[in-house]
Amino acid sequence: MTARVDHAAVGPGATGALRVRVRRGETVAEFVVPRRANQTVLDVVTEIQRDQDPTLAYRFACRVGMCGSCGMTVNGRPRWTCRTRVATVAPDGELLLEPLRNLPVVKDLAVDMEPFFEKWRRAHGFFEPGENPPDDFVAVAPDSPARQEVDAGIECIACGVCYAACDLVTWNPDYLGPAALNRAWTLVNDVRDRDRDGRLAAVAGDAGCHSCHSHMSCTEHCPKGLSPTFAIAGLKRETGKAALRRFWRRG
Amino acid sequence: MSPLLYLAQRGTAAILAVTVAVHLGTILYAVRGGLTAGEILGRTQGNLAFLVFYAVFVLAAAIHAPIGLRSILREWTRWRGRFLDLSMIALSGLLAGLGLRAALAVYGA
Repeated sequence: MTARVDHAAVGPGATGALRVRVRRGETVAEFVVPRRANQTVLDVVTEIQRDQDPTLAYRFACRVGMCGSCGMTVNGRPRWTCRTRVATVAPDGELLLEPLRNLPVVKDLAVDMEPFFEKWRRAHGFFEPGENPPDDFVAVAPDSPARQEVDAGIECIACGVCYAACDLVTWNPDYLGPAALNRAWTLVNDVRDRDRDGRLAAVAGDAGCHSCHSHMSCTEHCPKGLSPTFAIAGLKRETGKAALRRFWRRG
Repeated sequence: MSPLLYLAQRGTAAILAVTVAVHLGTILYAVRGGLTAGEILGRTQGNLAFLVFYAVFVLAAAIHAPIGLRSILREWTRWRGRFLDLSMIALSGLLAGLGLRAALAVYGA
């Protein structure tokens, strides 16, 4: 696609100009955006959409790192754009923005998250209270090992950055992915949950935790600083123990 | 990969880490002083420890390799399903058969 460079965009308040290339389907569009202090990548996309090209499609909601909507590939790496400062990722003033990898593109920078959340369902990534909920509250000490295992993974905002960073998802589209497995691990460690065996069965197998190569791309890129790799390692341990228990019982 | 296959592969990897090191170390040690094949065979024949060691080595390799190869084939090709599993079981049998035959031949030659 022909580059659409609007040099007039560099206006008052700017400290320079950013050269921004945006993947739009099979083509790449070029824009020049004013460079400002404390500017985030999401600010740049929003400025392009409002001032230069209203047809540009992207997704965001909270702008403060809570909703997980604004994931994009920024200069080749998946990131949450609302909390990614331009100064950090584009010191030379060049930005290449692409949609998240491993997910179908709806348009421009917006991807379809349905396959991502479908895998949360397949991994039993939902709380199961059981047929008869307990009469009383479960006392969970904040410093107990089980609670700390949960704490380590509970802050996931489902942004899909780890899913886009994972080569295993690229190689094996059935693979549940780091976020769904991380969610399953928090529930395996939830003492109130009543579907431990079902969940361990759901995350075992060729699409589950045993396919992970421990490349740690998910851990490297998680904007919340979580470590799905360690969650997956925990699932490998627990599914292994469960399989051995079944094996002995059968034997 | 089922959890049992995963455990089998990790367990045999631990065995192979030791047996490969002993195997390579023995080769380096044996040829260091210029032993001939005949002299080596003279030491291995009738040596039950040698046979047991290589039987463990061969069986560990026969379990370990097909499980890993199955994962690689699933990731890099479109090969899936029962025929893949049966092929890997056949490969395991082939590795075990050829390896044990070689160990027995050196033990009893």
